[in-house]
Amino acid sequence: MKKIVSGQQKATLVKVLRYIRRYWLYLGISVFLAAVTVALTLYLPILTGRAVDLILGAGRVDFDGIFRILRDMSVIILFTAAAQWIMNACNNKITYNVIRDIRREAFEKIERLPLKYIDAHSYGEVVSRVIADVDQFADGLLMGFTQFFTGIVTIFGTLVFMLTISVRITVAVVVITPVSLFVAAFIARRTFDMFRLQSETRGEQTAFIEEMIGNQKVVQAFSHEKEAQEQFDEINGRLQKYSLRAIFFSSITNPATRFVNSLVYATVGVVGAFTAIAGGITVGQLSSLLSYANQYTKPFNEISGVITELQNALACAGRVLELIEEDAEVPDAPDAKVLGEADGKVELEHVFFSYTGEQKLIEDFNLSVRPGQRVAIVGPTGCGKTTLINLLMRFYDADRGIIRVSGIPMRDITRKSLRSNYGMVLQETWLRSGTIRDNITMGKPDATDEQVIAAAKASHAHSFIRRLPEGYDTVITEDGGSLSQGQKQLLCITRVMLCLPPMLILDEATSSIDTRTEIRIQKAFAKMMDGRTSFIVAHRLSTIREADIILVMKDGHIIEQGNHGELLAKGGFYAELYNSQFVQA
Amino acid sequence: MKKLLVFLKDYKKESVLGPLFKLLEASFELIVPLVMAAIIDTGVASEDRPYIMRMCLALVLLAVIGLICSITAQYFAAKAAVGFATGLRHALFSHIGSLSFSEMDTVGTSTLITRMTSDVNQVQNGVNLVLRLFLRSPFIVFGAMIMAFTIDVKAALIFVVTIPLLSVVVFGIMFVSIPLYKKVQNALDTVLGITRENLTGSRVIRAFNKEEDEIRHFRESNELLTRVQLYVGKISALMNPLTYVIINGAIVALVWTGAVRVDNGLITQGEVVALVNYMSQILVELVKLANLIININKSIACGNRIERIFELEPSVREMDGRSPGGISGTETGTVSGSRETARPAAVEFSHVGLIYAGAGEESLTDIDFSAVCGETVGIIGGTGSGKSSVVNLIPRFYDVTSGSVKIDGRDVKEYSLKELRQKTGVVPQKAVLFKGTIRENMRWGNPDASDEEIWEALDTAQAREFVETKQGGLDYQVEQGGKNLSGGQRQRLTIARALVKKPRILILDDSASALDFATDAKLRTAIRAMAHPAGAEGRMAADGAGAGADAAGAQRMTVFIVSQRASSIQHADRIIVLDDGRIAGMGTHGELLESCEVYQEIYDSQFKKGEQ
Repeated sequence: MKKIVSGQQKATLVKVLRYIRRYWLYLGISVFLAAVTVALTLYLPILTGRAVDLILGAGRVDFDGIFRILRDMSVIILFTAAAQWIMNACNNKITYNVIRDIRREAFEKIERLPLKYIDAHSYGEVVSRVIADVDQFADGLLMGFTQFFTGIVTIFGTLVFMLTISVRITVAVVVITPVSLFVAAFIARRTFDMFRLQSETRGEQTAFIEEMIGNQKVVQAFSHEKEAQEQFDEINGRLQKYSLRAIFFSSITNPATRFVNSLVYATVGVVGAFTAIAGGITVGQLSSLLSYANQYTKPFNEISGVITELQNALACAGRVLELIEEDAEVPDAPDAKVLGEADGKVELEHVFFSYTGEQKLIEDFNLSVRPGQRVAIVGPTGCGKTTLINLLMRFYDADRGIIRVSGIPMRDITRKSLRSNYGMVLQETWLRSGTIRDNITMGKPDATDEQVIAAAKASHAHSFIRRLPEGYDTVITEDGGSLSQGQKQLLCITRVMLCLPPMLILDEATSSIDTRTEIRIQKAFAKMMDGRTSFIVAHRLSTIREADIILVMKDGHIIEQGNHGELLAKGGFYAELYNSQFVQA
Repeated sequence: MKKLLVFLKDYKKESVLGPLFKLLEASFELIVPLVMAAIIDTGVASEDRPYIMRMCLALVLLAVIGLICSITAQYFAAKAAVGFATGLRHALFSHIGSLSFSEMDTVGTSTLITRMTSDVNQVQNGVNLVLRLFLRSPFIVFGAMIMAFTIDVKAALIFVVTIPLLSVVVFGIMFVSIPLYKKVQNALDTVLGITRENLTGSRVIRAFNKEEDEIRHFRESNELLTRVQLYVGKISALMNPLTYVIINGAIVALVWTGAVRVDNGLITQGEVVALVNYMSQILVELVKLANLIININKSIACGNRIERIFELEPSVREMDGRSPGGISGTETGTVSGSRETARPAAVEFSHVGLIYAGAGEESLTDIDFSAVCGETVGIIGGTGSGKSSVVNLIPRFYDVTSGSVKIDGRDVKEYSLKELRQKTGVVPQKAVLFKGTIRENMRWGNPDASDEEIWEALDTAQAREFVETKQGGLDYQVEQGGKNLSGGQRQRLTIARALVKKPRILILDDSASALDFATDAKLRTAIRAMAHPAGAEGRMAADGAGAGADAAGAQRMTVFIVSQRASSIQHADRIIVLDDGRIAGMGTHGELLESCEVYQEIYDSQFKKGEQ
């Protein structure tokens, strides 16, 4: 195994074995049955040979003997089949349980990862680790169990059985077999370069496709289609050439090794026949040897494929294990307090924060919010308004400085109790697949129907929910399916309305909501904010004007702070922004 | 999938010869047990060593012929499969290139890229496998049976029973388990869905402290998946033991029947061995066939996905029966002559409405204006007001839903796309450059552009300075996507690229956003100078209407500047103010400041501080 598995893969292998260890009983049974199956499978040709030996010619057939042998064979066949089936079942059990465990751990890690990780990785990539990589790993693991192990056992088993029949023939076979491996290795070495050329060209082509199709607008604007096609065809032509070589030369491996097998077969034939004439073996034994000669070489041909598959599986396992081993969120301090009902006071003192470390975003930021005050966060799109939400909800930790809620430093409060004191409605409405009720009761799973309906009425969502085919039991898909953007937002508001925590974080929708729904959302927001400390990412003039504190953000920095009147008088960025963006609205 | 097979048409010879040689090889393989039987019956029985040697040489010869046939077959199969894929990729690339923006928006570029790369590869593998193996396996199965018949009819009857039985088991298990695999897929999709959901909703889930619930939820689905997998696994685990029982049962029956037949003197001992060998060959081939069918299914699925891309038709199509460029300048002259302005209308929108595919509402409503040759038109408005949509209609990136867009008096639909896009130079919002030298990038607009012309364009685009500092100047290698240039540099190069084309209509779609005000101003002045080449005005006045106007028009450039900055457009000859897909005002800066409320607000917000 040393040469096949690199150091890193070895580490992965050790970790994978740790998962498999939990199912050691199944593994034991599987290994034992594999040995049994192989031994019995190999024993069968010997019996067949013996039976053939009893068929000497016309009138010279020992029917009693044959009957006894065939009876034994039948029993062995049934027994082997049963062993095979149980072995397969065990392998399935190990494989599927192992990947279940890995998936579970991976998922649990996702729930505990810092948001920094989640924000920095594309969802597709993480999903593919949990789903596709694990699947690929399962395939490899199953194949490893079924083919790799039995393959090796078969090779050794065959050698042993052949030795019991004839040492000379066995030696002949053993001498020729390496030729097959040598030929395969020779071809593999030769084709390696061709494969490299093929994959390089393929990479070049993919890059070209991405460039041209990804920027088709420019291509069409410049009528560059013909040139692009010519360039593509040039690469395509090269790919054709290299692919043909790679595929053809690699596909020689199979005929070549089969040719070597035929040579082994012929050798067994001639040596066996001579030995038979000399009386060394019987004709039946010769037929057993011939069938061994066939069986013996098969695992050799398969094993190179299996090894590639295994290496691939290990690489996949490595990727998902990397996710599992990713650092989780810093756990709550051991003496962290559970924050009861917060009074709504929020203070930020000398807060510094940046996502990357290089690009400073929030520097020495101070803010004091009294209970019940409204804070509007204002700025052009992409200015980093969510950064503040990230800090308040403790999705991210500030680099320096203290954030206090109800006078207690945030780091001394359990995340759970901190977050349950906030009600959050983001502009990117997120609904989970499930019923409308499931979605509403997210923050309060034990809410009664009356409470749910009351909340829905308060947020003006009741009337549209009632009109849905199944009312509150209507099942919606992940992205909300047929619900309009406004309706989705109303549902998210209802969700918060149901638990009504003392502090709110609201994100006003910018567009794609019809006027009537918009008015409802405004009303619902107003009702929620009544008497609660609220942070609002604001787009509407009225919201901003009425705010007690306006935070003006630009390029991730908080550049101005004050109320509407103060900021307008100051004539800074807010004044400019106010005039350009909000006057029209 | 069927339609894709046309790409094999150039490889008819290979597609036939490949399987044919494979069958030839298989035939030789079928002879081997017979030779071995001869060795046992004749050679060993009569102790004829030279005979054995001859027979063994025959075996080696068979192996050599088999090797040659097989390699030939592999070659033809590889050639046909690779040729097929190459043709397919060529056609697919060209087809995708013909799709309009509308289809690109709907399908998504990442899907198209997957179709072109991994899906085509999968289909190539499928074709290769089919050519190599699809005929071979059934051939060996039935060939072995026929060979058995040549040995002994009665013993061969066992084959007649075994083969259908085996097929029933192998394909039966496949047919039972394939739908079950769909169930596995569904369970897996649920697990995938939850994983995705928890990534996209990580903030909400944490805000509501739902992590534990989600983990429980995931566990349930994961458990369900495992159960389904185990169930399917149990069924497919039957395949090996059952086939093993059948084949070996058949061997037991063969030995018994053989014994009876030999006892009666009908066949020999060696022939019994041959019969047993044939039976073993069948098992191997049937298992191969089952695997093959699974692979072919996968390839067909990919093939069907590719076919669906071919079924997409470009919504923007050239008119039939119109020869591109068939209308000469004189006609342009007549049309423009009929207009009240002395100068011809370069671009004319009449009551244009636009609804994007899949959208319910109009993105543009009743856009009606015309721009004369040499005019600079500024388009301003808030995000989502439809600025880009308006200019995208000029090179016909999208087709209008109602009304019409005319260039030089002709509907854009009457032009060939090539001709139309020759006339227009577009500088898109996203500054895209391609891998290659700066020179190559510049020549996109005009493949024959001289270095001098390129430098001229770079001058106008305010790009000369930084290009000169780059190593190699025009030979500087731009990386894919222009990653090794700054945003502002990229923008200036994309502007220069459009200028190299010397278009009649230049469209700057918010393409100076990364430039500072000073560079932006210099750029505008330079473009203005280019749009109004010295003397063009005078010549036009002298020549008057008709052909003269056209000649002057050829030098004059109509410029559209889309921007959110009032400063970028305030010196334009005409400014169009868009609001929610409608024209809210049109006129010069001065006129609009007096009459158009929306414009006033925009202007005030951006200038109040700076100019007062």
